[in-house]
Amino acid sequence: MTNETLALYANLAVYSAMAVFTVAMIAFASDLAGAAPASLASASGAQKAAALVGAGPSATGPAPLVPGEDPAPRRRKAAGIAMVLTGLGGLLLIAAAAMRGLSVHRAPLGNMFEFALVGSMFVVLVFIAISLRRDVRWLGLFVVGPVLLTLGLAITVFYTDASELLPSLKSVWLVIHVTVATFSVALFTIAFSVVILHLVKTWLEVQDPLSMSRLKTVVNAALPPSRSLDRTAYGIHAVAFPLWTFTLIAGAIWAEQAWGHYWNWDPKEVWTFVIWVIYAAYLHARATTGWSARSANYLAIVGFGAILVNYMVVNVFFVGQHSYSGM
Amino acid sequence: MTQNRMDTRPDESDVTQPRLGTVGMLRWAWRQLTSMRTALFLLLLLAIGAVPGSIWPQRNIDAGRVADYLARHRSTGPWLDRLGFFDVYSSPWFAAIYLLLFVSLVGCVVPRSKIHWRAMRAQPPPAPQHLERLPEHGQVEVDGTPEEALAVAREVLRGRGLASRLRPGGRYRLRSEGLSLSAESGYLRESGNLLFHTALIVVIIAIAVGHLFGWRGDRILVTGKSFANTISAYDTFDPGPWVDTEGLSPFTVAVDRLDVTFEERSTGAQRGAPRDFTAYTRTQASPDAPRVSQILKVNGPLKFGGTSVFLLGNGYAPVITVRDGAGRVLMHEATPFLPQDANYKSVGAIKVTSASPKQLGLFGFFLPSEYIDEASGPSSFFPGLKNPALALGVYEGELYPQGRPQSVYTLSTEKMAQLKNSKGDPLRLLLRPGQSTQLPGGRGSVTFDGVQRWAGLSIRYDPGKALALGGAVAALAGLIASLMIRRRRVFIRVRPLQGRTVVSIGGLAKGEDPGLGSILEDLLTTIAQLSDTKPSRTESSRTESSRTESSRTESSRNGSSETESSRN
Ligand code: HEM
Repeated sequence: MTNETLALYANLAVYSAMAVFTVAMIAFASDLAGAAPASLASASGAQKAAALVGAGPSATGPAPLVPGEDPAPRRRKAAGIAMVLTGLGGLLLIAAAAMRGLSVHRAPLGNMFEFALVGSMFVVLVFIAISLRRDVRWLGLFVVGPVLLTLGLAITVFYTDASELLPSLKSVWLVIHVTVATFSVALFTIAFSVVILHLVKTWLEVQDPLSMSRLKTVVNAALPPSRSLDRTAYGIHAVAFPLWTFTLIAGAIWAEQAWGHYWNWDPKEVWTFVIWVIYAAYLHARATTGWSARSANYLAIVGFGAILVNYMVVNVFFVGQHSYSGM
Repeated sequence: MTQNRMDTRPDESDVTQPRLGTVGMLRWAWRQLTSMRTALFLLLLLAIGAVPGSIWPQRNIDAGRVADYLARHRSTGPWLDRLGFFDVYSSPWFAAIYLLLFVSLVGCVVPRSKIHWRAMRAQPPPAPQHLERLPEHGQVEVDGTPEEALAVAREVLRGRGLASRLRPGGRYRLRSEGLSLSAESGYLRESGNLLFHTALIVVIIAIAVGHLFGWRGDRILVTGKSFANTISAYDTFDPGPWVDTEGLSPFTVAVDRLDVTFEERSTGAQRGAPRDFTAYTRTQASPDAPRVSQILKVNGPLKFGGTSVFLLGNGYAPVITVRDGAGRVLMHEATPFLPQDANYKSVGAIKVTSASPKQLGLFGFFLPSEYIDEASGPSSFFPGLKNPALALGVYEGELYPQGRPQSVYTLSTEKMAQLKNSKGDPLRLLLRPGQSTQLPGGRGSVTFDGVQRWAGLSIRYDPGKALALGGAVAALAGLIASLMIRRRRVFIRVRPLQGRTVVSIGGLAKGEDPGLGSILEDLLTTIAQLSDTKPSRTESSRTESSRTESSRTESSRNGSSETESSRN
């Protein structure tokens, strides 16, 4: 039983969210463009109560991710608007996912369109959650951009009509396993954006500020210091990895119930495992002497590449028991 | 990476240069194998090695697709096969990677556990002279003497009896030396990390147990029939090397009915997609146990002790009666046909061994919703029974030349000839339920009585399952501890300054620790607050305060007691 009207409203909500995110993206971009080099004051360690002074690069204490709370903070009206719009877009995505789920009387986690929808929703919600604790307005563009791209693909290429599930998917483990998987992919996505920004920033940091092009100057000024970017990326990965580990375990439990064996080297299982191993290697690389943060971050990029393969290639092209992409 | 890292694992930088001689070489090789760098390399190799198995078909999953691939790629196929690309997960090179990783893991966990065990009972190292050289540091001036300030610092670091906001960063283990304090917290980080790696070893062992002692059998069971759990009852049986095949648990399963639902409402790609499979079974755990009715569903296996019965497939079994020229029944049976596509176009063979003078074989398709496709002939447009039909060709001759075994779903036509109709074309029967047809030349008749369903049962026994799950859950718990807990060292030195006291603090963390700075800051603030608000303490005031119930004075008594132990 599906309710087509509700499914239609869900799609309308997705389109509206896309419109809102487009405006948010423009606002984030114009905010970044306004990051004048002058505003890049040193981090605000001086304001601290006890005279805690730092030596070495990690001296800034509780990681102020803001590139400077300088005496005359630049006005960031555009960023404010962008954040509000991002929140609104997030609400629309929640509505879309809820209506999609109601239209088929199940969790909206049954095909590629629904994964993309719920994944985008999680990305936006995680971003907003982080922004409640720290200033991450510099990241907005690099979160809303990928979300917009994903939603665009979801509603066109990956679109699948609302329908019921295959018998093997009718299980509470679907909700547990796929929800956590989608949530950790959302975290990996944000971490990936930060890793890329880290690469850009390290590249810019070694250049002579006086001979930089206008674009480079603006980007350099808009981004937090590379060390802080790296730390943020690591922090998000450190949350995402245990969640992915859980995804792997929950998937094995479910496979045991549905197919009789907890591990069968089905293509989807293989890639879940490959992703897990790559990110384990990333965490190792960070703890191994002789590996710089940068080379470890290349592993994180490879890991995200594997996530994309797992989602887009394995679901559609590989033959396996997980062939339920609906395509 | 901070230069002042706190390492509790054997550092690979102290790898000794290989001395001449076998022992030296072996030791060197062992050090290399168990280094973090090798672990990293092997992990990446494992990731790369696992990928081909998702690209090329695998024998253990779908042998048919492998054969198909080999038939289509005559030049590259055999090479890939030799390299193990169709059995990746049981190939020697894949085994080499994970065995090396396993050895590396053991070789890494054991010495680290020893070191951690010692570290857990050792005192923190003495405070360095120059706290300002540590990555995080600070200082504050307080009232009172250095001894008093130190006592307050001790209380705060021990955290006992303090409100949680007054013990930043948790509890620390202390070491006092003169006018300095060393404190360490977060030992559970390393414990968690070791738990994680040890649990991975447990998981690998559990998988091995499953391989050695586990088995799997498959059986196609037509509704109305039953089967007992013995090797001979299986269509295929795949035991691990150490399985006692005589000692299988003696249960029986009968499938009375199988309900199958397909998507009918949708008109798009989802039309005909399976929606529900339910088998109504009667089971007996052993020959003298009572019979129970149980429902078997795709996500709901039947369990008999450690053995589980899964419903993995289903299909149709047309019931066919073959009579000879005199009308005597040669065969009356429901024969399972194997579905070939999503609409259950199914193939099967009916072998009439008792026909004479020549044996008869019927081979062809069962179509649950039959229509004639211009290009491919008889086809099915829906997986449910909307227009069931049998399309068969008839052969006569020798069914089993030289008694060779063959698949029950195909006919070996080597020694058989196809019957022709009156026009000389190959004879094709198209039968609907209830219909009967005469074979030419007085050979008898074929009747299509009706359709039954069959359930594809997969029966599995894996004694390593629970251990694997336990290991995986322990690994997850260890991982969370390892990633969330911070291992920190905090050092405090006090010195007098014009009747007041300067408290200096310095801190050091293992790995990334963005919170260290603010924790030191909070520690310092708390020490300053407690020192400044406290009336200067003497012997008498201490005894007095021991009768007071306020948490602060309570803990200050603890802090200044002389029985301070560095282990708590
Ligand atoms: C099956 C293979 C392995 C996997 C999946 C794996 C996974 C992991 C993961 C996810 C971490 C991150 C936890 C953290 O950062 O605290 C970690 C840390 C660590 N692993 Fe492994 N590991 C494996 C094998 C090894 C081996 C063979 C060694 C021995 C050289 C090793 C040594 C370490 C050490 C020392 C850490 C702690 C890093 C730190 O926190 O400073 N691991 N491992």
